[in-house]
Amino acid sequence: MIAPPKPDLVTVNIDGKEIAVPKGTNAIEAARLVGVDVPYYCYHPKLTIVGNCRMCLIEIGMPAVDPATKAPIMDPATGKQKINWIPRPQIGCATNASPGLHIRTQTPQIKDCREGVMEFLLVNHPLDCPICDQAGECKLQEQSTGYGRGYSRYIEQKNVKPKRTQLGPRVMLDDERCILCSRCIRFSKEIAKDDVLGFIDRGSYSTLTCYPGKKLENNYSLNTVDICPVGALTSTDFRFKMRVWFLKQTNSIDTESSVGANTVVWSREGQIYRITPRQNDGVNDTWMADSGRELYKQVKADTRLVSTTLDGRAAPLDAALKAAADLLAAGSVAVVGSGRSSVEEQFLTKKLAAALKAPAYLVSRVGEGDQLLISADKNPNIRGALVTGLIATLPAAKLAELAAHIDAGRIKTVVSVGEDLAVAGLTAAQLAKVAVVYLGTHANATSAAARVVIPTLTVFEKGGTFVNQQFRLQKFAKAVPGPAGATDDLAVLAKLAKVAATDLASVWTLLAAEVPALGTMSFANIPDTGLLLDATPFAGLPFVEGESLHYQPAAKVAATA
Amino acid sequence: MASAISSSMNLKPATLTRIDELITHYPVKRSAVLMLLHAIQEDVGFISNEAIEWVAAKLELQPINVYEVVTFYPMFRQKPIGRRHIKVCRTLSCALLGGYKTCATFEQEFNTHRGEISPDGEVTIEFVECLASCGTAPVVMIDDDLHENVDGAKAKKLSDQIKAEASARR
Repeated sequence: MIAPPKPDLVTVNIDGKEIAVPKGTNAIEAARLVGVDVPYYCYHPKLTIVGNCRMCLIEIGMPAVDPATKAPIMDPATGKQKINWIPRPQIGCATNASPGLHIRTQTPQIKDCREGVMEFLLVNHPLDCPICDQAGECKLQEQSTGYGRGYSRYIEQKNVKPKRTQLGPRVMLDDERCILCSRCIRFSKEIAKDDVLGFIDRGSYSTLTCYPGKKLENNYSLNTVDICPVGALTSTDFRFKMRVWFLKQTNSIDTESSVGANTVVWSREGQIYRITPRQNDGVNDTWMADSGRELYKQVKADTRLVSTTLDGRAAPLDAALKAAADLLAAGSVAVVGSGRSSVEEQFLTKKLAAALKAPAYLVSRVGEGDQLLISADKNPNIRGALVTGLIATLPAAKLAELAAHIDAGRIKTVVSVGEDLAVAGLTAAQLAKVAVVYLGTHANATSAAARVVIPTLTVFEKGGTFVNQQFRLQKFAKAVPGPAGATDDLAVLAKLAKVAATDLASVWTLLAAEVPALGTMSFANIPDTGLLLDATPFAGLPFVEGESLHYQPAAKVAATA
Repeated sequence: MASAISSSMNLKPATLTRIDELITHYPVKRSAVLMLLHAIQEDVGFISNEAIEWVAAKLELQPINVYEVVTFYPMFRQKPIGRRHIKVCRTLSCALLGGYKTCATFEQEFNTHRGEISPDGEVTIEFVECLASCGTAPVVMIDDDLHENVDGAKAKKLSDQIKAEASARR
């Protein structure tokens, strides 16, 4: 592996502490590295810097040199080089580290500055924290506690602005709460490339708005809600549903495409309330698509399978497994795995197919990519199936070969791991000709036609790993318990494949032993930001993904190299 | 009156030529936005949404970017005004010497309120800040002409003049 070039480091002094940081690092990030908090609102590490909130004011200075000789000027009192402090405070977000830069964040002047800025920001801010959705994760709330003056001198009338503006189908705006940081405007323009937001009018009347007749309705609009430092932008889905401090946060992965955006699932008492992006600078930065945030709704969907059935009638799990085992023992079996299953499940699916000497199929889902965080491959884990050896070539959208086998009578039983075989190209007649063992989460044509139906868990109810388009192995954890009646996919697959490993840890012992690419790993050792696997064995495959954030298709990389 | 409130933007050929020429004054197109808006307001009298979108397309911007500029500057109008724009100064010197009374006289004469189009469509009266003629307060600007020492009587005289011109046109 080629070592990355050493960044150009410069030494800066922050509140008396020396630290070496890459040249150009801004003062806020440099201070973060030494554990000094510089408060800010408008600054966002992934957006351009505008410096309009003025909250990150700091004092800066440079070591003094004689203008003529360039010799350092020493301070006789300390014996060190004198520092020329700039008398006026500067904004930290736009101050870049340069050699010898000195920063002070804790002086009386800076305290005054922060109190002054806070006081002005609060002049027209309504005191509606008790009914505000942002309470608990509001920068204004936190920083007025940390850096504000603690009481108000303001006795005049506050400005009145629109309280409920529907900016788009998913985003609601309360203009009174807005502190005009412009993060949402910059996000729309720079990341979502949908420049519809702006400030109109001037001074105290400045109002965030969409251009008349336009809406904030791109598939990334909810990121503006995430980055809003106050409660001005709220999600219409999450609004007034739950206090954030009651919610448990669980790391997860967005399953809508092979990008595998890192997410946090927020739940309480077994119910999921929202999904937000989790920062991963190698995958999704701090963003995710709106469509991925609604996926939790499948957990409580009406079509959810919650009881094991045998020949259409509810049956105990043991009886269903026994019936399935008998069907499999009779031979002439095909296994249809899924690009939506986790690596562990795909591995057990492979073990199952191998034990039965049955052919294994996968179903591809190709759609449109948006060149940002949704790729053309709508399966989150096709590469996992390649890595575990479940498949050797990329799957097709239709199971034509399997259909032919069924027509010829060579296949009598089909095990489907969550794939709707009707959608995958099998006709009702073909489905009727075979006995189907269906492991899945939601009812569909296949579950209706199946001999044995064993309800399993959604991605939110189990742990596991996916391999995204970059061949990055990323893990997700269980956020909520599954519904009564559903069984962990791993347990069912292990039972059918007659493998002793029924939980993640034991499956990983097997994985490490049998899959060379994962030879040195264990589930616990995968970092939260994922682990890049060696993609070279699969370099020749015609993957469907186009360019997206932090991803270049292999063909394009080869062309530019 | 209806002729002034025309929603379609019929820019004069001269204005269009001028706009194309104005854009060449700047290293980047978007810098011309203020000048284009001025040119359009001079021609049509106000900046309609249609004009905003037209300017945005012309300068390769999004409409919201132009809309921000239009709403930031109070002297860009988003609605049509009367045939003449009467701007009465209300800054200190004029206020002390009767600017408010002058304004009230105009309002009475044309039977209208500040910021509205008079019923005959002839004028729109507005207060403005200092017109830089404090020595001759109170002052009034009617379109581009400065009128000094406009007390109640002179305001009446000016109003009569406007009305006379209006009836002559009819």
